[in-house]
Amino acid sequence: MTPESAFDSAALDNLLAAPLVLAIMLPLLGSALTTALPRLAPLLGTLIAVGTAGAAIWTTVAVWTRGPIHLVLGGWDPSLAIALRADGMAAALVLMANLVGLAISVYALGYFRAPDRAQSFWPLWLLLWAALNGLFLAGDLFNLYVMLELLGLAAAALGALTGSRDAITANLRYLLVGLVASLTYLFGVALLYTAYGTLDIGLLSSAIAADEPSPLDAAALTLMVAGLAMKSALFPLHFWLPPAHASAPAPVSAALSALVVKAAFYLILRLWLDLFEPILDLSASMLLGLLGAGAVLWGSWQALRAERLKLLAAYSTVAQIGYLFLFFPLLAATPPGPSRDNLLAALLLMALTHGFAKAGFFMAAGLVQTNAGHDRIDDLGGTAQRLPATTFAIALAGSALIGLPPSGSFIGKWLLMQGAIETGQWWWVVVGTLGTLLSAAYIFRVLSRAFGLEPTPIKFVTDARAEVPALMLSLVSVAVLGLASGPLWTLLGLNASGGGA
Amino acid sequence: MNNSLATLLPGLIVLSSMVPGAMIFLVREESHLLRTVLNLFGAVLKLLLVGVMVWAVWQGNELESRLVIAPGLELVLHADALSVLFATLSTVLWLITTIYAIGYLEHSPNRSRFFGFFSLCVSATVGIALAGNLLTFVIFYEILTLATYPLVAHRGTPEATRGAKIYLAYTLTGGLLLLVGAVWLRTLTGPVDFVEGGVLSGMPPELHGQLIAIFALLLAGLGVKAAIVPLHGWLPQSMVAPAPVSSLLHAVAVVKAGAFGIVRVVYDVYGVTFASELGLLAVLSVLASVTIVYGSLMAMTQDGLKTRLAYSTVSQVSYIALGASLLGPVATIGGLVHLVHQGIMKITLFFCAGNYAETLGVHKVSQMDGVGRRMPWTTLAFTVGALGMIGIPPIAGFVSKWYLGLGAVEAEQHWVLLILAASTMLNAGYFLPILYRAWFRPLPEAWPKEHVFDTRFETMGALLWPPVITAVLCLVAGLLAAAPFSPLEWAQLIAKREYGL
Repeated sequence: MTPESAFDSAALDNLLAAPLVLAIMLPLLGSALTTALPRLAPLLGTLIAVGTAGAAIWTTVAVWTRGPIHLVLGGWDPSLAIALRADGMAAALVLMANLVGLAISVYALGYFRAPDRAQSFWPLWLLLWAALNGLFLAGDLFNLYVMLELLGLAAAALGALTGSRDAITANLRYLLVGLVASLTYLFGVALLYTAYGTLDIGLLSSAIAADEPSPLDAAALTLMVAGLAMKSALFPLHFWLPPAHASAPAPVSAALSALVVKAAFYLILRLWLDLFEPILDLSASMLLGLLGAGAVLWGSWQALRAERLKLLAAYSTVAQIGYLFLFFPLLAATPPGPSRDNLLAALLLMALTHGFAKAGFFMAAGLVQTNAGHDRIDDLGGTAQRLPATTFAIALAGSALIGLPPSGSFIGKWLLMQGAIETGQWWWVVVGTLGTLLSAAYIFRVLSRAFGLEPTPIKFVTDARAEVPALMLSLVSVAVLGLASGPLWTLLGLNASGGGA
Repeated sequence: MNNSLATLLPGLIVLSSMVPGAMIFLVREESHLLRTVLNLFGAVLKLLLVGVMVWAVWQGNELESRLVIAPGLELVLHADALSVLFATLSTVLWLITTIYAIGYLEHSPNRSRFFGFFSLCVSATVGIALAGNLLTFVIFYEILTLATYPLVAHRGTPEATRGAKIYLAYTLTGGLLLLVGAVWLRTLTGPVDFVEGGVLSGMPPELHGQLIAIFALLLAGLGVKAAIVPLHGWLPQSMVAPAPVSSLLHAVAVVKAGAFGIVRVVYDVYGVTFASELGLLAVLSVLASVTIVYGSLMAMTQDGLKTRLAYSTVSQVSYIALGASLLGPVATIGGLVHLVHQGIMKITLFFCAGNYAETLGVHKVSQMDGVGRRMPWTTLAFTVGALGMIGIPPIAGFVSKWYLGLGAVEAEQHWVLLILAASTMLNAGYFLPILYRAWFRPLPEAWPKEHVFDTRFETMGALLWPPVITAVLCLVAGLLAAAPFSPLEWAQLIAKREYGL
C-alpha cells in the first residue's frame, strides 16, 4: 500500500491507513517471525518493537494534524467489515502504550538472559502488543471482542512464563476470569446486534440515541460493562489481579499493570461516552464512582499491608484504576463545556501517567528482585542503596502514583478535586485525599529502606540496559506529563484556550 | 530592562540550582572536586541572578515567567518585593551553608545524594518565594517536602529514619490540606495570581463562610511547616539530621516556607484588611502567641543543644505570623523583617551547634562548660546570635521586636506587648545559661569526642567562617537597619505596597 501506486484521494486514504494498519500488523507479523526463528527472537523482536512504536508515533502525528481518522479497510471483503478508527483519545493511549512497550522490550533484552525464556517471551509479547493496538484502534464491537480475547489469552500465557506453581495457578485463574468476562461482554454485543443489526460503534450510537431507552439497551450496557469491569479489575472484581500481576516476570507485570488493564478501562470509557450516554442517568455513574472509591481505599490499604514489593505494586494498580472510575459521576454531572473538557483530559492524563509510572515501577521492582534474590520489602535495605538509579526510578514513579507534583497525576487530581467541588460531590475529595495519604504511606514504606547504613554506591547507574528504560518511563510520568500536559487537550480536540472555573 | 530577560529571569533563578543539583546525583562519590565545583557554580550563579532581580524589582520592573501546564493551570514565577526578600535570604544563606556543608561532610558517605537533594531543596524554596499563584506555590511546597525527606533521613540510623518518617507524615498531610484549600479557592475565584493587597475582598458575602473554611485549610497546611502549635511535633524529631540540614530547615527552607506562605495568603490572597474583617487575623494572632510562649517554655526544659534551638525556632518563627496577624503597616514590617533576621540569627546558632558537635563532640547544654575558651570565635558568633534572639540592641532581633511592639500599639492590641515581654524573658532564660556556661565555667578535663583538625584555627576553616560571617550579618542588619537595601528598608517597601501607601 505505497502511496505512489494509487491516485490522489485513495493515496491519501492509504497514507492515513498505513500507520494504523502497521501498528497492528507489524507486531502480529513479528509474533509469527519470532515463533518461526526462535534464535533470532530478541533481535527481530527489538526491530519490530522499534517499528511498531514508530507506527504509533506516526498515528499520533496523523491525528494531531488531521483530526480523527475513521477507516473501513479498502480491498477487504466487506462482510469482514474491519473498521479502524483513531481519534484523540485512542491516539493518546496508543502513543503511551507503544512508548511503554518499547521500553519494556529494551528492558526485556536485559531481563531474559536465558535463551529459552526469551524465545517464549517474544512471540507472546508481540501478540499481546498487536492485540493492544488493535483494541485501541478498533472501530466496531466484534473486532473489539476479538482483540479483547486475544489480549486475555496472550496476557495469561505471558504471566505464567516463570512456570512456578504460584504463577500458573494465578494465571489460570486470570485466564478463566478473562474468558468469563469476555463472554459476558459478547452477550451484550449479541443483544445490541439483534436489536440494531450493526456493530459499528458510530452507527450504533446514533441508533441508540434515536430510540426510546429500552430495557434491552440497559441489559446490554450492564453485561458489557460488567464484563469489562472484571477485566479492568474494578473493585470488588479485582481479586484475580494481585496474584497474577505479582507472580509474572517483571517486564510482563509492567505490561499487564500499565497497559492491559488500561485497555479494558478504555473500552468502558468508550462505551460509556460514545454508545450509551443517551440512556445513562447519574445513578449508574454514581455506582461506578462508588466502586472506584472502594478500589482506591481498599487497594491502597492492601498495598500498605503487602509484604512484597511486586504485590504492593499490583494492589496499587487496583487503587489507581479506582481513581479513573471516580471521574464517571463527575462527567455525568458536568454539562458540556470547558469544565467537562478538563475532566476528560484529566482522566486521560491520570491514565497515561499511571501507565508510564506503573511500568517504570514494576521494571525497577524487577531489578530489585533479581539483584536481591527476593522482593520482601522489610529486607530490602542494602539493595536499595546498591542500585541508586533503580531506587530513583521507584521514587519518581512512586511520587507519580501518590500524585505529588509535578507529576501528571497531580494535575489530574487537581482537576478531579476541582470538578468534585464544582459539582457539589465533595465526598470524592475526601476519597482522593485519603487515597493519597495511603499511597504516600506505602510508597515511603519502600523508600525509607533506601536510607540505611549500608555501604555507598560507587556509580549512579549500574546496569544501563535495564535501569535506563525504567528511569525514563518514571521521568516521563513525573516531568513531561506534569509540566507539559497542555498538548493532551489539543490532541483530544478539546478547547485548549478556556480555563475551567 | 530587556523584555526577554524579564520573562526568563525568575525561571532561570529556579533552574540555576536545580540543574546543577540533578547533575550532582550523577557525580561519582569520590569526585570531590567536580561536585564542589558544581555546588559552588550553582550557588554563585544563583546569587548573581538574584542580584540582578533585586535591582530590577527595586526599579519597579515586572519580572514574570509563565509556563502553561494545561488550559487554566499555569506555573507562574513572579518577582515582587516580597518574593525578592525571601529569595535573597535563601540564596545568600544557601551559598554560606553549601560551604559549611562541604566542610561538615568531608569524609562521610553518600555525598552526591546529599548535595543533589540539598540543591533541589533550595530550588524548591526559591520556587516558593517566586511562586505567583497558589498552584505554583503548592507544587514547590510539595517538592520541598520531597527534597528534604532524604536530607533528614541522611544519616541512615534508626532514629534518622524515624525522624524522617514523622517529618513526612506531618508535612505530607499538611500539603494535602493546602492542596484541598487551594483547589477549593480556585473553584470560587477561577485562575488568579497573587496580587499585592489581595484578590478576595470583592467576594459576595454569601461566600464568606466558604472563604473562612478555606483559610482554615490553608492555615493548617502552612502551619505544619511553620511549626505552629499543635502542628509542630515534627520539628524536634527532625533534629537527627546533620547540622547543615538543620540550619537550612530552620533558617531558610522548610519552616520559613510555611511562615512565608502564611504571609502570602494573608496579604496577597485574602488581603490583610479583608482577612481582618472576616475575623481571621484574630485567630492567627492567638495561635501565633500561644506558639511563641509554648515554644519558649519547651526550650527551657531541653538539655540537647539542637532540640533547645529547635523549640526556639518554633517560638521565633511565629513572630512572623504574629506580624502578619496585626492590622497595620508597622506590624507588617516587624513580621517581614523577622523573616530575614530570624534566618540569619538561627543559622548562626545552628552552625555553631554543628561546630561544637563536630569539633568537640559536645551535643548537650550540660557539656558546654568552658567551650568559649576552647572555641572563642564560634562561641562569639553563638553569643551574637543568642543575644539577637533575646532582642538586645544593636543586633538584628531587636529591630524585629521593636517594630512588632510598635505595630501592636498601632493596632491597639496591647496584650501582644505582654506576649513579647514574656517571650523575651523566656528567651533570656534559655539562652543566657548557655552563654554563662560557655564563657565563665571552667574547662572540663576532656571533651566528649575531640577532633583535632590540621589548622591554626579552633576548627576547620569551612566550619568556622560561615557562622562568623552570618554573625557579622546579624550585627550589620541591626546596626545599618536604615541603610538602603537593608532587610528593614525592603520590608518597609513591601508594607508600603501591601497597604497601597
